[in-house]
Amino acid sequence: MSQKTFAIALMDPPYESENLTTAFRILDVMAQRGHNINLFAYEGAAGLAFAKQTPHPNPVHGKNVAEENHPTTKDQVTALLALAAKNGGKVDWVNCGMCVDERGVGEFVADTRRGSPADFHSFCEASDNVLAIPTK
Amino acid sequence: MAKKTLNIIESAYRAVMEEQDDTILWLLAAMQGAGAEHTVVLRGNAVNYAVAGQGAPGLTIGGWKQTQAPHMDNDVIDLIERRKIPVFVIKEDLAARGIERGELVPGVQLLSARMLPKHMAEYELVSHW
Repeated sequence: MSQKTFAIALMDPPYESENLTTAFRILDVMAQRGHNINLFAYEGAAGLAFAKQTPHPNPVHGKNVAEENHPTTKDQVTALLALAAKNGGKVDWVNCGMCVDERGVGEFVADTRRGSPADFHSFCEASDNVLAIPTK
Repeated sequence: MAKKTLNIIESAYRAVMEEQDDTILWLLAAMQGAGAEHTVVLRGNAVNYAVAGQGAPGLTIGGWKQTQAPHMDNDVIDLIERRKIPVFVIKEDLAARGIERGELVPGVQLLSARMLPKHMAEYELVSHW
């Protein structure tokens, strides 16, 4: 299979919808197959790679931090980057700068960066296909 | 004494994979622990929460694996058995989805949509989620 380059736009914030679970499943397959992923994290999605996300215990479940093993999207982003690198794909994960500033989530996990809508424009121009998963 | 509150839950499966539960069922359980007196009515797509044996495999992204994927049926059982929160489901919404009574977890009570307004009158507060 030839390597493709995809432009992706995400908008949902962490912990608000199932859209991100679907998106990460798709991204995982793209990374497994060694495709290039250029992702623009817009609006609430600018918090996906926020480095200060912290797993918590869950008293309602009766579980401590280790037992609950609560997902953080920053770990999912990091795992995606590692998987892509392992399979020869490149990921350019761009966090919308103004969205980041509004939300105070300016500290990102490694190998993601701050950017702007101009990056998404470049991503679309350079892509074999574009997938936008908007907030509804 | 806490105000008797009826919670009609209609929004379903929103962020359950990331939260590993439904945020409203979780909230009500936590509030009950703080002294609230809740009752739950599942309607619309949320009636599926009461179907026994459901669950999704955990999400996997590269080397990251989810180990505590949600099981909504267990959360409904927890409300009924451990927290003593009555849980009703709208029977017309079950029928519309082809779900039989025998598929539901024990302790769930059926309620007709036609009877819901009368049921609401028995509570001091009604929240529609």
